Amino acid sequence: MSDHHNETFISKYIFSIDHKMIAKQFLITGMFMGIIGMLMSILFRLQLSNPGESFAVLEWFLGDKWAPGGILDPNMYLSLVTMHGTILVFWVLTAGLTGTFANFLIPLQIGARDMASGFINMLSYWFFFAATVVLLISLFVETGPASAGWTIYPPLSALPQAIPGSGLGQDLWLIAMTLFVVSSLLGGLNYIVTILNLRTKGMSMSRLPLTMWALLIVAILGVLSFPVLLSAALLLIFDRSFGTSFYLSDIVIGGEALHHTGGSPILFEHLFWFLGHPEVYIILLPALGIVSEIISVNSRKPIFGYKAMVVSLIAIAFLSFIVWGHHMFITGMDPFLGSVFTFTTLLIAIPSAVKVFNYLATLWKASIRFTPAMLFAIGFVSTFITGGLTGLILGDSALDINVHDTYFVVGHFHIVMGLSAIYGMFAGVYHWFPKMYGRMMNKKLGYIHFWVTFISAYGVFFPMHFLGLAGLPRRYYTNSAFPMFDGLSDINEIITFFAILGGLVQLLFVFNFFYSIFKGTKATENPWGSNTLEWTTPIERIHGNWPGEIPSVHRWAYDYSKPGAEKDFIPQTEPLKEGETEH
Amino acid sequence: MMNILIILVAFLVVATLVQLLRVGELLSEVKNQDVNKVTEKDNKNQSMIMTIVGILFLASCVWQYFSWVHLMLPGATSEHGVTIDNLMAFTMILIIVVFILLHIVLFYFIYKYRKAADNDVAYYYPHNNKLELIWTIAPTIVLTVVILYGLSVWDQITNADTSKSEVIEVYGQQFKWDARYSGKDNTFGSHDYKLVQNCGICTSCLKDKPCTNALGIDLEDEASLDDKVTRELHLVVDKPVLLKFRSQDIIHSAFLPHFRVQMNCVPGMSTQFAFTPTKTTSEMKDQEGEDFEYVLLCNKICGVAHYNMQMKVVVETQEKYDAWLAEQNTLSEKLLTQK
Repeated sequence: MSDHHNETFISKYIFSIDHKMIAKQFLITGMFMGIIGMLMSILFRLQLSNPGESFAVLEWFLGDKWAPGGILDPNMYLSLVTMHGTILVFWVLTAGLTGTFANFLIPLQIGARDMASGFINMLSYWFFFAATVVLLISLFVETGPASAGWTIYPPLSALPQAIPGSGLGQDLWLIAMTLFVVSSLLGGLNYIVTILNLRTKGMSMSRLPLTMWALLIVAILGVLSFPVLLSAALLLIFDRSFGTSFYLSDIVIGGEALHHTGGSPILFEHLFWFLGHPEVYIILLPALGIVSEIISVNSRKPIFGYKAMVVSLIAIAFLSFIVWGHHMFITGMDPFLGSVFTFTTLLIAIPSAVKVFNYLATLWKASIRFTPAMLFAIGFVSTFITGGLTGLILGDSALDINVHDTYFVVGHFHIVMGLSAIYGMFAGVYHWFPKMYGRMMNKKLGYIHFWVTFISAYGVFFPMHFLGLAGLPRRYYTNSAFPMFDGLSDINEIITFFAILGGLVQLLFVFNFFYSIFKGTKATENPWGSNTLEWTTPIERIHGNWPGEIPSVHRWAYDYSKPGAEKDFIPQTEPLKEGETEH
Repeated sequence: MMNILIILVAFLVVATLVQLLRVGELLSEVKNQDVNKVTEKDNKNQSMIMTIVGILFLASCVWQYFSWVHLMLPGATSEHGVTIDNLMAFTMILIIVVFILLHIVLFYFIYKYRKAADNDVAYYYPHNNKLELIWTIAPTIVLTVVILYGLSVWDQITNADTSKSEVIEVYGQQFKWDARYSGKDNTFGSHDYKLVQNCGICTSCLKDKPCTNALGIDLEDEASLDDKVTRELHLVVDKPVLLKFRSQDIIHSAFLPHFRVQMNCVPGMSTQFAFTPTKTTSEMKDQEGEDFEYVLLCNKICGVAHYNMQMKVVVETQEKYDAWLAEQNTLSEKLLTQK
C-alpha cells in the first residue's frame, strides 16, 4: 500500500506535507539566507581590513544612507555584525541544518511513510518562512536592522535612544525570533514523536543510525530550551513597549532618567544563555550525526564504538544545559557559581574527546573513499579538534577574564560551531543529494569547493586567535583608535582576503547544486553502497517513500566490510545469516 | 553601465561553467564511465592533497606564531595576572600538543588508509571496550588537573583580601569613562541615578573634562564634597586596588588587558575587581617602547562609538600619584567655580 497520490503544483511544491519536499524548502531557504549572511560578513570585513576606505561594493549594497561615499556607517557595521550572527546561528545552522536533515532523513532512515504529522511539519516550515520574511523586512527599515549583537543584551536592545538599531529593527527582530521559535518547537515535537513511535519493525533504538540519535537528542534540546528564549524575548518586548522593568534599572540615557527600577539585565543574560548554550549543541549535534554516518560509509567500516558514540551524544546534550554561565564569568556573577560553571564546562571535553578518538579509530585500517562528502566530514573532524581545544581556555573562568569578548572567542566559536556545522551540512548535502533529487552533484566542483573552503576557512579563523591574544575586542568598527592595535592590520588583511576567497567559492557550490538538480548525471538507487534504509527507496521520490511494504530491519546500520559477507556492505534489511552475531 | 557589465560577466561565467560540465559529462559518456564515480585515482589524488594541505596547515600555524608572537600582549603587570599567565601557558602547551598530535594522526590515517585498489578491504572493528575505557579515563585525568589548577587560580583572584585596598570607582557611559577617588575622608558620597546631570549644571563635560555630576553623586551628602572625578585612572605601583564599577546607561565592560582585568559595568548594579599593578607606566615604556600606554577599554558592545570608548591608565609611584591627585579638584571646588 502506498500513500502516493496525484498532486497539484501548489500541494506538491508549496504547501506540501511530504517531508522530503519540506526538507528541500528548508534547505533552499537556508542556502538563500546563508548567502545573505556570508555577504554581510564580507562587507564588514572590508571595513575591518581597510578602515575608513571607500568601496564601490559597499555603496552598491548599502546605498548612500548606510555607506555614504562607499564608507561603511558605524551603526550599519553593528547591524551587519548582528544580522550576520542571527542569520547564521538561527536561520542557517539551526533551521537550515536541522530543518533539512531531520525532515529528510527521519522518516527515510527509521522506515516511516512520513512524519507523525505532515500538517504540523508544513506549519513548521511556513512559520519559518514568515520569520524569514519579517527578518528580511527589518533590513529595510528607516532606523536600520537590529544592532545590539546577536545576543541582543538589554538595555542596549531595549532602548531606541541607545542605538538606532534598537528601534523598529529590533521589534521586527523579536517578532521574527518569536515566529522562529514556534517553527522550531513544531518541528522538534514532530521529530521526537516520529522517531519514538514510527520506527519500522525491527528498528530498535539500539539499531538506530547515529544521525537519528543525534537528531532525536537535538529535538529534545530544542523543545526544552527554545521556550526559555521565547520568554526572554517576550519580557524584552514588554520592557520595550509596555513600560515594564524586567531588565531595566537606574538608567539615564539621552539626558533623561528613565522610570525603570528593580530590573536586571543579567536576568536576560541568564535566560538567553539557558537557550544560547544548548543552541550551540543544537547546531553541532546534527553535524556530529551526519559526519558519523558519512565517515562510516566512506571508510567502509563500522563506526567505532557505536554505544560510546550514543552515550557521549547524550552526555554532551545533558551537560549543555548546565554550562550557560560560562558566557557570564565577568558579569559580576557570584565567583562560586563561576567555579561550578567552569567545572561543568570543562567536563564537556571528555565526551568530546571520546568522539574524536572514535572517529580516528574508525579511520584506522579503513578503506577510505574520497567523495566530496567524505572530505567535508574529514574537515569536520579537524575543525572539531581545533575549535574544541580552545574551549579549554574559554571555559576556564580565570583564563576567560582576559580573552572574554575578544577575537579569540570569535575564532573559537566560528571554528568549533560555525565551520564544523557548515561542514556537516555540506557533507550531508553532497551525500544525500542523490536521494533528494535523483541525480549526482558534480564531483570535481565538489573537490574544488572543499579545498578552497577548507583552506580559506582556516585562513580566516585561525589568525583570529592571535588578534584575541593581542587583546583586540570583537565588534569594534575599527581598531585604529588604539595605538596598541596598530600592528594588527596585516592580520586583518589576511583574514579579509581569505573571507572573500571563501565567500566566492560558495557560489561554485550554489551553482553545482542547481546545475545538478536539472542536469546532473542520473543517480543509482544506492550510489555509495550504504546500509541505511533510505537507500532502499526507489529513485522516483514518491510520497510514502516505499511503493510496497515498508521494509523491516534485521541488523544495525554499520555492517561494512563484515568478514564472511559477499559485498562490503550489508543493508539493514538483510536478515542475519545462520550463526551470524549482530556485532 | 557598470552594473550591466557585471551582470553580463556573471552570466558568461555561469554559461561557461555549464558548457564545461556538459563537455566533461559527454566525454565520459563516450568513454562509457561515470564522471561522478569516485575512482582509485581520485582517492590517490585527494589523499595526497590532504597530506600536503595538512602539512602546510600545521606549518602555517607555526609560521603565524613566529610572525605574530611579538604582537601579543606583554606579560601581565599585576600580581594575579602572573598566575593567569602561568595557567594560560600550561593550558596552551597542553592544547597545542594535543592539537598537533591529533592532526598528525588524522592526516596520516587519511593518507595511509585510502582505498587504493578494488580489492582493498577495511578491517571490521566495531568496538573495543578496553580501548574506549582508556580514552575516556585519560582525558578525565588531564581534565581533573586542568579544572583543579584553574579553580585554584580563580579562587585566588576572586577571594583576594581587599581590606587594605584603595577603592576607586570606575563609571561608564556612552562613550566615555570616569574615575572617582574618595578623597580625604576615604568615603564615597552616595549616588542616585536620578541626580545624573550630563550637561545641566556644568559646561565642562563637553570639553573632555570631568563632568560635575555625570555620576549622579548626591551633593547634599557631606562625604561627596571631597570626592574627585577624573578622566584618567591613576594607580599606585605595588599597592592593592579595588575597582568598583557602575554604568549610567547600558552594559559596558571595563577591560584592562595588561593587568588581566575585566569586569562588566551593569546599570542598577555594582561590580568589582581587586588587583595589584606591579609595573609603572615608565617602566613599561622602557620595556615596550616610548609609545606604550596602559589603557582601559570597553569590551561590551555599547553603541556607535563603542570602538573608541577608552580611558588612559597611569601606574606610578606613590609620590607622583599623590602629586597628581592633589592637582585634581574636589567636587566642592568644582561647584564653586561653576557658581
